Amino acid sequence: MPATTEPAVGPPGRTVLDARDIARALTRISHEILERNKGHEGLVLLGVPTRGVGLAQRIAARIAETEGVTIPVGALDITLYRDDLRRHPARAPQPTAIPAGGIDQKTVVLVDDVLYSGRTVRAALDALADIGRPAVVRLAVLVDRGHRELPIRADHVGKNLPSARSERVMVRLEETDGLDVVRIADSPDAARPTEEVAR
Amino acid sequence: MTHQPVIVRGASLLGEQTADVLLVDGVVAEVGTARVDAPSDARVVEADGLVLLPGLVDLHTHLREPGREDAETVRTGSAAAARGGYTAVLAMANTSPVTDTAEAAERVHALGRAAGIVDVQPVGAVTKGLRGEELAELGLMARSRAGVRVFSDDGKCVADARVMRRALEYVKAFGGVVSQHAQEPTLAGATACCHEGELSGRLGLPGWPGVAEEVIVARDVMLARHTGSRVHVAHASTAGTVEVLRWAKSLGIQVTAEVTPHHLLLTTDLLGGYDPTFKVNPPLRPAEDVEALRDALADGTIDAVATDHAPHARHDKEHAFVDAAFGMLGLETALGVVASVMVSSGRMGWGDVARVMSTRPAEIAGLAGRGDQGHGRPVAVGEPANLTLVDPAASVVVDRDDSASLSRNNPWHGRTLTAAVRATFLRGTPTVLDGQLVEIGATTEGSLT
Amino acid sequence: MNKHLLSSEDLTADDIATLFATAAEMHDVQRREVKKLPALRGRTIINLFFEDSTRTRSSFEIAGKWLSADTINITGKGSSASKGESLRDTVLTIASMGVDAVVMRHGASGAAQQVSQWVDAAVVNAGDGTHEHPTQALLDAYALSRHFGDGGRLGSLEGRHVVLVGDLTHSRVFRSNVITLTRLGAQVTVVAPPTLMPAGIASWSSSAGFATSYDLDEVLPKADAVMMLRVQKERMSGGFFPTSREYTVGYGLTRDRLRVLGPEVPICHPGPMNRGLEIAADAADAAQSLILEQVSAGVAVRMSVLYHLLAGEGTA
Repeated sequence: MPATTEPAVGPPGRTVLDARDIARALTRISHEILERNKGHEGLVLLGVPTRGVGLAQRIAARIAETEGVTIPVGALDITLYRDDLRRHPARAPQPTAIPAGGIDQKTVVLVDDVLYSGRTVRAALDALADIGRPAVVRLAVLVDRGHRELPIRADHVGKNLPSARSERVMVRLEETDGLDVVRIADSPDAARPTEEVAR
Repeated sequence: MTHQPVIVRGASLLGEQTADVLLVDGVVAEVGTARVDAPSDARVVEADGLVLLPGLVDLHTHLREPGREDAETVRTGSAAAARGGYTAVLAMANTSPVTDTAEAAERVHALGRAAGIVDVQPVGAVTKGLRGEELAELGLMARSRAGVRVFSDDGKCVADARVMRRALEYVKAFGGVVSQHAQEPTLAGATACCHEGELSGRLGLPGWPGVAEEVIVARDVMLARHTGSRVHVAHASTAGTVEVLRWAKSLGIQVTAEVTPHHLLLTTDLLGGYDPTFKVNPPLRPAEDVEALRDALADGTIDAVATDHAPHARHDKEHAFVDAAFGMLGLETALGVVASVMVSSGRMGWGDVARVMSTRPAEIAGLAGRGDQGHGRPVAVGEPANLTLVDPAASVVVDRDDSASLSRNNPWHGRTLTAAVRATFLRGTPTVLDGQLVEIGATTEGSLT
Repeated sequence: MNKHLLSSEDLTADDIATLFATAAEMHDVQRREVKKLPALRGRTIINLFFEDSTRTRSSFEIAGKWLSADTINITGKGSSASKGESLRDTVLTIASMGVDAVVMRHGASGAAQQVSQWVDAAVVNAGDGTHEHPTQALLDAYALSRHFGDGGRLGSLEGRHVVLVGDLTHSRVFRSNVITLTRLGAQVTVVAPPTLMPAGIASWSSSAGFATSYDLDEVLPKADAVMMLRVQKERMSGGFFPTSREYTVGYGLTRDRLRVLGPEVPICHPGPMNRGLEIAADAADAAQSLILEQVSAGVAVRMSVLYHLLAGEGTA
């Protein structure tokens, strides 16, 4: 759901990435993805809604600039695969959109905004397995804030951001929130186990 | 058995003049507006601010014994009746076995005498097994020790016009009356359970249209005119029935009618939640019908209030709505309902209450002229001391668990009713004092509650 | 959303929108090779069918299974009353086995609502007597929304004129549909002979905002969608209409009426169909018939309902 009522100043807290930092990080990630894949062949980007989808599209746009090709971009909703469904009121799943060519034998790069416990990625891997069988799955995130609860790590990271569990990391993007910024603040709800609060 | 004399001090007779009333040996010995001297051993009942009525008579009670003693017995039903201010009840015939023989009638009668709390007067079936086909032994029931005068297939309609005509003719020989459960079965069949209208349409419940009652009432008053006999309409529930009654009475046809307390107050919309507590036959009707019934009761078109007290074991009500048993409790709350609906609103006085809940029912049932065994008599010297003492100012929140009945299908639970029965006397013996049942001497086994 | 789904009245327009959005996602899952989602893993759903219905029961069963719930079918013919056990006892016996949801079909109106007062589990009304069938109404509206939408994207029913024809008196599908469709802004006309219109429909339709008609030919040219309801032949013995021939001439979707309708107007039928009585074979098999879409929509909508009632917190 686009948070259109968000004031342009964004959430409170200390800014750790501003719009320019975000742009630079995404450009670097785009190059890394191409480098690691030795070109654009077989690449599919799947963003994890909500904010991962916008990030995936930006990365695809940068690849298009560099390589002059349009690589397939989609969305992979993981709501139905979460392991904490019972702890919250049921939420409506967001669209999953798999590009026309599918994911079988492709190099799928999952894109998300924040990597925290690793549970979202675990759910995304499960969801992916129900849809097809990629040759390789990689993970790109804008922010890795640590505190993993599962043996998962990212292949491409925009910024490693050491944080306390009691802090909240808030990503705001133009597409969904009207501005690009990443901030960190003390959380009134420190025990929250999910990796990003704005989802 | 000798009675302890009772002196009721300062009661308002039928809500009017204040008097002391002395009860000795089962009869009213003295009524005095000045202080009446009582024997030294007399029980004194202080009745300041209370209303004294003749003991109430219920034309329509289901006591379930024999056959469903888990829902009610003659004893527990009698106790509930006494708590409601009744001194006589007519026990409907749809027991198992059906009261369609002299022996069956005498058995119910004897059970009532043994309990000794109210006079239990059996109603005889009109047809064998309530099947609506052949007449039951009406004459033998009339001649039996039970002295049956009211006949009814209640629960089922005597639908066959020929059978109804013969029954009306036959009971003339012994001054009987047929009490008709008016429900044309081809218009309202066995599953019909909700007043036919918008709500039945929305809820998808089988409709029970008012016309199914009205066509039978119309037919029966014509049969009563033709046979020169007497017909009684049980649980009248619609404005159309009231119109037919008013017309028939204006022609001098011998028709009487009763209305239940629930049809005087509760309306169809209570069925919206599919709660079988509110499932009753005939069904609860819309407010227009309720209003017409109140008018008819006030102006005498409807003669009497009768409870249709219909106890049911819990599990018989815990079915899907269409499968659940019909009926609701009524004995303990009837007077409160009538007071709330008719007296508090000023539409009736306490004298009218005595008329519709005691005098007229006793007359219809043939109980008024039975000498010292009579009911519905005036509060006057020499009359049987069947009396009810009511607190007209009381306000009572009905609690279904505060009941002498074995059943709990009480549609009044949680409602506030006006007036409360403080004492009931059966031939001079208190059956209820201070609102509590009195242990009845020699014939009581264990507690009544 | 409430804990239970007993009546279409329980759902606001927002609730329906949420259920439809989720159903659309579930619908996509049906096209996958692996159709199972883990969302209800560890949950137990009892399909308690006192009245047989292969169609609705299997739809709920597949919906539950594709969400990874354990689904158990209990089919009891006849009412519990006839077996001497009260409905409450029957249901408590089953519910005390630790179930999370009871999907219930019963021949008596109101049965699901009564049961919801006795058990802790969520209760889904899968058809109660001649009262309601809320998931059928959802799937009908969903199938129509897809039809009026574009490439899987749901369209709006706002202002669409939906005509329901058939035995309204005995139809739970009609009762639920009229509520759901009007809530979604559709303009609804119900058509039947007077004997097959429920009691009190005049005041009901005026307060609920739908129209009634005895004349199908007058209404049909103005329809954006037609829903034919099943007419049971047994109704003839109840005197509701004289012969099936007369019914078809007055109220059937015949070949002639199909022509009047034109090739664009979608045709729905909740099934099972009486071909030749309320619907001609040509109409049932026409390209504009949504009848098979209704079936696949049924699984998606029921997955959505089960997901929203059972996935989140507050459920047992």
